[in-house]
Parts: sequence; C-alpha cells; structure tokens
Amino acid sequence: MATPGGTDRASHSLDKSITLPPDEIFRNLENAKRFAIDIGGSLTKLAYYSTVQHKVAKVRSFDHTAKGDGEPLYEISVQEEITARLHFIKFENTYIETCLDFIKDHLVNTETKVIKATGGGAHKFKDLIEKKLKLKVDKEDEMTCLIKGCNFVLRNIPHEAFVYAKHADSEFRFQNTHPDIFPYLLVNIGSGVSIVKVESEDKYERIGGSSIGGGTFWGLGALLTKTKRFDELLQLASKGQHTNVDMLVKDIYGGAYGSLGLTGDLIASSFGKSATADKEFSKEDMAKSLLHMISNDIGQLACLYARLHNLTRVYFGGFFIRGHPVTMHTITYSINFFTKGEVQALFLRHEGYLGAIGAFLKGAEEDNPNQYSWGENYAGSSGLMSVSPDLNPMQRARSGTFDMLEMDRLERQLVNLPLLQDPSSYIPDTVDLTEDALAREYWLYCFEEALDGVVKRAVASQRDQPEAAERAEKFRQKYRHKLQTLRHQPFAYGSLTVRSLLDTREHCLNEFNFPDPYSKIKQRENDMALKYYQKVVKSLEELSWDQRQFALVRGLLAGNVFDWGAKAVSDVLESDPEFGFEQAKHQLQDNSGMDIILGVFPFVRELLIRGTEVVLASNSGPALNDVTNSELQIVTERIAAMDPVIQAAVKEDRLTLVQSGSSSPCLDLSRLDKVLATVVRERSTDLVVIEGMGRAIHTNYYAMLSCESLKLAVIKNSWLAERLGGKIFSVVFKYEVPSKTQGQY
Amino acid sequence: QKLVSFPWFGMDIGGTLVKLVYFEPKDITAEEEQEEVENLKSIRRYLTSNTAYGKTGVRDVHLELRNLSICGRTGTLHFIRFPTAAMHRFIQMGRDKNFSSLHTMLCATGGGAYKFESDFRTMADLELLKLDELDCLIHGLLYVDSVGFNGHPECYYFENPSDTQHCVKRPCSLDNPFPMLLVNIGSGVSILAVYSKDNYKRVTGTSLGGGTFLGLCCLLTGCETFEEALEMASKGDSTNVDKLVRDIYGGDYQRFGLQGSAVASSFGHMMSKEKRDTISKEDLARATLVTITNNIGSIARMCAVNEKIERVVFVGNFLRINTVSTKLLAYAMDFWSKGQLRALFLEHEGYFGAVGAFMELLKSSEEP
Repeated sequence: MATPGGTDRASHSLDKSITLPPDEIFRNLENAKRFAIDIGGSLTKLAYYSTVQHKVAKVRSFDHTAKGDGEPLYEISVQEEITARLHFIKFENTYIETCLDFIKDHLVNTETKVIKATGGGAHKFKDLIEKKLKLKVDKEDEMTCLIKGCNFVLRNIPHEAFVYAKHADSEFRFQNTHPDIFPYLLVNIGSGVSIVKVESEDKYERIGGSSIGGGTFWGLGALLTKTKRFDELLQLASKGQHTNVDMLVKDIYGGAYGSLGLTGDLIASSFGKSATADKEFSKEDMAKSLLHMISNDIGQLACLYARLHNLTRVYFGGFFIRGHPVTMHTITYSINFFTKGEVQALFLRHEGYLGAIGAFLKGAEEDNPNQYSWGENYAGSSGLMSVSPDLNPMQRARSGTFDMLEMDRLERQLVNLPLLQDPSSYIPDTVDLTEDALAREYWLYCFEEALDGVVKRAVASQRDQPEAAERAEKFRQKYRHKLQTLRHQPFAYGSLTVRSLLDTREHCLNEFNFPDPYSKIKQRENDMALKYYQKVVKSLEELSWDQRQFALVRGLLAGNVFDWGAKAVSDVLESDPEFGFEQAKHQLQDNSGMDIILGVFPFVRELLIRGTEVVLASNSGPALNDVTNSELQIVTERIAAMDPVIQAAVKEDRLTLVQSGSSSPCLDLSRLDKVLATVVRERSTDLVVIEGMGRAIHTNYYAMLSCESLKLAVIKNSWLAERLGGKIFSVVFKYEVPSKTQGQY
Repeated sequence: QKLVSFPWFGMDIGGTLVKLVYFEPKDITAEEEQEEVENLKSIRRYLTSNTAYGKTGVRDVHLELRNLSICGRTGTLHFIRFPTAAMHRFIQMGRDKNFSSLHTMLCATGGGAYKFESDFRTMADLELLKLDELDCLIHGLLYVDSVGFNGHPECYYFENPSDTQHCVKRPCSLDNPFPMLLVNIGSGVSILAVYSKDNYKRVTGTSLGGGTFLGLCCLLTGCETFEEALEMASKGDSTNVDKLVRDIYGGDYQRFGLQGSAVASSFGHMMSKEKRDTISKEDLARATLVTITNNIGSIARMCAVNEKIERVVFVGNFLRINTVSTKLLAYAMDFWSKGQLRALFLEHEGYFGAVGAFMELLKSSEEP
C-alpha cells in the first residue's frame, strides 16, 4: 500500500542553521510553469517544467557566388536557443516553508494556476501551499503517479534500473534499457506493500499487497528497541545478529534438513528463540531479525505474484527501499532465495522521484511529454548517493538535504537502430568503468589532466566575451567536482563509462554557455581541407583500383588522427599548427576538417561511383571537434559545387545527410534519431560504417549488427592501445559479417 | 504376525513442542499382564493415570481416540505434549525408567529426532528410528481422518466465514482429500501440495509462524506461554495498533477494491510515539496474532492459486485453542478468493506427525 512514510533522514544530525543555497537548487524558476509536488512522510519532492535559454553555435553558409579567396567557408554565430527542461528537487519536509517562500519570490510566470499534488503529506500541507504559492492544489492518485513516473524513468533514463550486489566489486549493476519496458511488476514498500502489475502506459492493476511493510518494520521496531527513527532502526539492524533471536533450521535439526534442501542457517521461525529463552535480547539483534522477517516475507509474496502472472521484471520501491543498502540487500537475498535466481530484484536510481514525476506528467498531458525523448542532464543532477557508512558524514547529510534531477527535452525522438541484432542485450559501452577499477582510475585521471586544456579552449572560443574566463573557471570547478564525486561513487549516474565522462563534460560546458568550444577550429580545418579536396580526389583517381582502395582506407584513418579529444594528438596539434594531413598519413595509423572532407568524402565518393547509396549520419549537436549535421550540410554543398559526382548524388538522393540525434563523441545505437532509423529501414541499409575512437572503440566495439559492418578508428591513446595489445596510433579495422546462426532470417 | 513389543509410542520433536502419542492397549489378557515386565506397567500407569507430567507436560485428554483397533490390538491413543526445552529431562526419565531394557523401537520425527539422536543414545542407551516429518505428517493425518474422532468427523470448516454473526463451525468429511494444500503451522510454516498418500511436494514455507507469534508476544507483552498470549489476544483490539485502509483514505480505497477495514500496515500506528504510549498489551498481542495469521493466509492462498488447488487444510499447534486464527484463516481464504477456496481444519491440529511416526512403528511390526 502506498502510504505516507519517510525517513526523516539526517534531520537530527543536520545543523539546522545551514543556509540554503536555493539559487543553486531551484534553478530556472523565472521561467517555471506547471508545478507538481509529492509530499511523503518526511521528504518533499517538487517538480517543475522550465525553459532554459542558452547559447548555441549556429553555422550559416555565405553566399559563395561572389566570394573572394581566403574567406571562410561559413560563418559562425552564437545564438540564444530555448530548450525545455524538467527540474525535480527533493528536500526534507522541514524545509518546505522556506522553499515555498523562495519559489514565491522568484516565480514570474503568472499563468500557472494549479499545482498537482500527490503523496500522503499532500493533504497536510495543502493549505500552506495554497497560501504561499497562491496556486490551487489539485490532488492526484498516488499509485497512478507512481506508475506514470516509473514508466517515464524506465523509458528515458539509461541505466535507471540496477541490481544490488553487496559483496560484488561494484555494488550496483545497471541494466540496459529494454526496448519494451512492459510488462513489469512494481512492488511498492511504503508503510504497507502494494504489488502492481503494469502492462502498458495506461494499464495497470494492483494484483496484491501485504500489510507487513515498512510501517511494520518501523512500528514493531520502535516497540521492540525503543528506537524512534526509521534510519536508526536500519542502523541497528545492520549491526545485529539475527541468529540470536531467530530459530534456525539447525536449532531444530542440529544441522541441515537435507532431504528438503533446507540449509541449517535458514530461518525456521522468526523470533522463535525469544519465545523459548528467558533472556534479554539486544536491540541490534532484534532489529536485524525484524528486518529479515519483513524482507523475506515481502520477497516471498513478490515471487508468488511474479510467478502467477509470469513476470520476470520486478522493481522495488517505496520508503523502505529508497537507496538503503541494508534493505536492498535483504530484499535481493530474499528474491534470490525464493526464485532460485530466476527473478532478479531490480531497484531504480530515481525511485524517490517517481510520484513527483508522475504527478507532473498528469498535469502536463497537454504538452505531450511522452511524445518526446528526454535525457538526464548530468550537470544538473545530483546522482545516486551511497548511504554507506563509509561516506563522510557531511556528504551524507548534504545528500539527504537536497537532491536534484534535471531532464532535458530532446528535440527529437530517440529509438533503436533497426539493425541491432538484439536490442535487448545491446550495450553501447566497451568498458564498464564501474566494474573495472584500473580503467576507472586511468580515465578519471585522464579527464582531470585534460581539464586545463578544455578550459583554455573554451576561453579561446569566446575571446570577444570578457566574462568567458570566469565562466570557464566555474565550468572547471563543476566538472572537477563531478570527477571527484565519480571517484567515490562511480555508480552515481549509472555505469561509469568513457562516454558518460565525455557527456558529463559536454553538459557542464553547456551549463556555462560554452556550446561549441571547437567551432572555430572546425571552421578553420574545414576551410583548409576543402582546398585540398580536389587535389586528393585527383590523385586518388590516378591510382589503380587496388591501390585506390588502400589509399581510401588510409585516408579515412588518417583523417581520424585529427582528434582534439585525444591528448596525444591535441598536444601535437597545439605545438605544431602546420601538422598536416600528409604527416598524419605517415603517422599511421570523424572529426571535422581533414577527417570528413579528405577522409570520409573520397570514400563516400568511391561508394557512390560504384552505385552504392550512402546515408551520412552525423551529430545533431556539437561535441569536441566532431562535425555536426549543420556543418556537414554546408560542407556537402561546397563539395557538390566542385565535384559533379557528389552533386549528382545529392540531387538524385543517393547521398543523404541525416542527423544521428547524438551530441556526444560516442554513440549509443539504442538512442538514435527516429528519422535516421526510418531512413535506415526504408533504404534497406546493408552495410554500416562506424568511424572514430569514440563511436567504434569506446562504444560499439562489440556491437552486433544484423548486416555487415565496418568499424574503424585510430587508437590515439597509449594506455588504451596497450590494453588492446597494440601501440599508440595503431589502427582498428574491424569488418564483421553477422553470423547466420544468430540471425532470424 | 509378530508384533513389535510394547510400549507403542510415536514422537514428533519440533522446534518448540514435543508431541507424543501413546497407545494404551485395553485388551490385555490376564496371562499377558502376568508376563508384563514391571517398568512397562509403570510407564502405562504413569501416563494414563496423570494428565500433567512435571511442570510442563500435558495430556490432551479431550483428544484421545478410544476403541482403536490397530494390528489386532484394541486400545486408546493418548496425546501428550511438552516443550522441546524439556527434552533432556524427558531423556533422563527414559534412562531412569530403564526404557532401553524394553527392547522396543522408538520412532521419532521432526527436527529433534536428528538433533537429539546422540543424546538419546548416550544418555539413555536408546536408538531412535528417525522419520521424515512431512511423510509422517501426511500419513498421520490421513490415518486419523480415516478412523474418525470417536465416532465424529475429524475435519471441520466454518460456515459463513465472512459473516462474524453467522460463522459456525461445521464438521465435514475429508473423503476425497486429494489434491490438497496442507499448511502446517508450527514454530515456522511448511506448505505442501499433496496429490496422494505418497505423492506430495513442499511448495514453500515461511519463518513467520507460531514461534514468531509467541516470540514477539513475549517481547512485547512480557507474557511467557502460548496460552497466556492467546488469552491476552482474545481481549485486545488490533485496530489500535494496525493502520487500516480507512485510517489512510478515510474509507474504502475503491480504486483497488480495498475495504476501509482492511489492514494497510500491520503495526503501522506504532510509528507514532503518542500511539505507542497509549497502547495496551492485549492490543499488541491481538495485533501480533492477526498479523501472523493474515500473512499465513495470504501466502497459503497464493500457493493454492499457483498450484491450482481449492482445498486448503490448516494443521499445526499454532491453531490449538486458537479460534481467532482459525476463523480469520477461514475468512481470508473465502473473501480473497471470492469463495473459490475453502479452509479446512482438523481436531488433532498438531499431532499428526507423532501419529505418523507411531504408524511407522506398526508398519515395521508387520514385516517379519
């Protein structure tokens, strides 16, 4: 049963005089509209929709009919763009009045008339909210909100769900986003337990429940141990020995009950020893016994319902769970025991926000939020905090005080690449840094080392703006803080990967209005490369077929050397601006400029000549010096103007430019622009070429496609090269044919 | 036919209680009596002339099965219980009475048959024939049901279980018992799906059983015995302790078809200090009883549905003198299954394991 409850976490230990930095917390309030609030027993979750104005670098083609030599190919202008963002803030009920005051003072939008509310505390605080905010409180059903929120996070947040393994190398094992999230079972452990079967966005049913839940642990625990608070009870439990209180199988049998396969350590009767022995029991032991009793009972019922309804995905939530390692562990244990490992207990990173998200979505139905894809903004979100006792107390107190989640509305819907062999098992990332401690150490160090360079580059990209240096400094602090957080809590945003580290950096750069630090470099390189284009094409044409194929591939790979993201390369590029394509070719071993114009285009041209249709996919938004779709449009126009092969192909639709939907140096093939997926399907694409270290090595190295594929990149990192058994500037050229046995047809 | 020599016992040593059945032959001839050794006589006299043994041993006189014909003998089957904690005193008594000289076989089941096996050997020079407790449970149950309860049916159910005013206990027969879901509530709970006398499986179990009820009651109220705990529970009101659906929603939660009187959170009111300070021991005992009973009902019902079995038979000593629980189970089966499931109970609640062990003794006597 979803009922009020909560943890009033840290309220006793927290210094109440702590001054709130609400401007860091309630961001973008001035544009906020549509509020929702979920008030639990001790925590309030506030949701609002807002718009963020931030700078974007736009490229615009010059009129080239009258252009003189030496003029740049296109102009770059920085424009203001408005994007939609969802803000979710979690804080203790103690702060509710302060927070409401702050919101009132900063709220500009007067169109907002109502606030959607859910949770047991909504009733209690109704008058306060209406008085403070002058908004009408509109109550929504708790369970409906919970399910709506759950569907939303499962669909939109990669690595939302995880399996908890206390003794494993990484406590949190994040799950892939399954293309179809339904059906699933949600076991909500509030004061009681509700077991809900969810079959589709709008179809769910409460198939069962139990009165033995978080309230039983808390209520009975308080009676037994004279300990008032839920957290303290959990703490007691984590220190106790249940075997002093429980009657085990071995207490009855002297050992195991072998014929039934019941081990001696199994609990035969919870609290069984407290009935026979005339002695005192410690608080810790009783709390532990109680925790086991309740967790096992809930796990057993969940399994019985899962079996009856033939469901294998079972998510657990509610205040009993809410990120507490102790309860996640006992529930996981119970599920493993009762299903013999057939069902895994799944938990959610944003479990505490589900009600608020759902209530918000209920109020925002006219905006059709489910039509869009959303992405977690790493810069604005707190991430999952471990409540492990090892964490320093200040950090823990802080994490219990304010927690934030921000989701950006993406301009396009993201879907799976239709050519993925098995979308449900596709993992974009090659190395999971959450599990690989050595790799994690290395990459965190690497990103920290590269930070100075990125800051320098960011400032350089906005020389005309005097405050750029100050913003860049803020960026440095924010990103460094993120890196530090990830060092201690690698699981904060799901599995830590090179991709997530890169994406976090992009999000932080955007946050401080550095939309595209490389725009000018890209512009210069594109300009330069275009001058060489005809020369390159001509020299290729003079080669024999065999030689040409080889040269084309060398060209593709040579272009890939120009990667500002790779430290080894950026060092060279910084020190030697004349470092040219010819040198790169000799260095051998998707970036803008050399890569796209002198590497990719000649290759595309060759394909077109042999009658192959080509779809050229590029990033929707900027990331490092990777070419963006809008830049590519202009580049293609210019090449078409000097190359009849390209021109004809564009005209006849044999060469199509599509954006990928990504704004990352890496590529998640399960989140691609829907248009690209449609084109891939319509054109019956039968070869996929993925180029670049980010897209073909850090991600997709092991991706299995249902058609032929070619993954190529230059390893521009000596550590990675060594790991893969090669040297820096080694080449990866991976041609794969789908295995017949695995294909469906 | 060579009979195993007297005395005939069957023993079930559980986590909390030892259940003992003793067959008192009533057809002893004068000649036989003369041959009978003295300590055999003394055992018979001790057991049949007392109804209490030591401080904690009890003979359930109301349960004895009279005029029972077994293996050509006629007599009375007596039902005796004592706490497992007194096991060592019992073994000592066996030594004092020189039980080993009687050359009988001692058939024992339950976990204690394993746990105390070596104590029997070393302390009293007695060898136990250890038997599986679930086999014994089923065999004993089927046997007692077949012989009946002194001319009355062994089995009963509740008519109108959902209507407290008109809920009445009714005898019934278990003529065609299979398949049945057998829920044995001792210290812990085992749930079996029984398809025939020898074909069954243990579906699941739960550690929330009779031991949990008594254990929690002792901690919460300071009581010491099952009888005391039940007595308190009978006077208490669990709604002062449990949070009901109506406490949260003001009435029924119609969206999910939950009645306002349904328990939403067991002990849920106890999260609040004010409520904790005003609660009575009786209320706490009642809430503990209701919580454990409802939970067993809930798990049993899910198992019945999963196993597609409509008949749910509840046994075990948790149900002894415990009409609160039997009625609650009957109600829970009926209400939550919309009348699909029927809860059945047996008069000899917790003794079937011991009876099963006793029958195993006789079985061995049939073989040469």
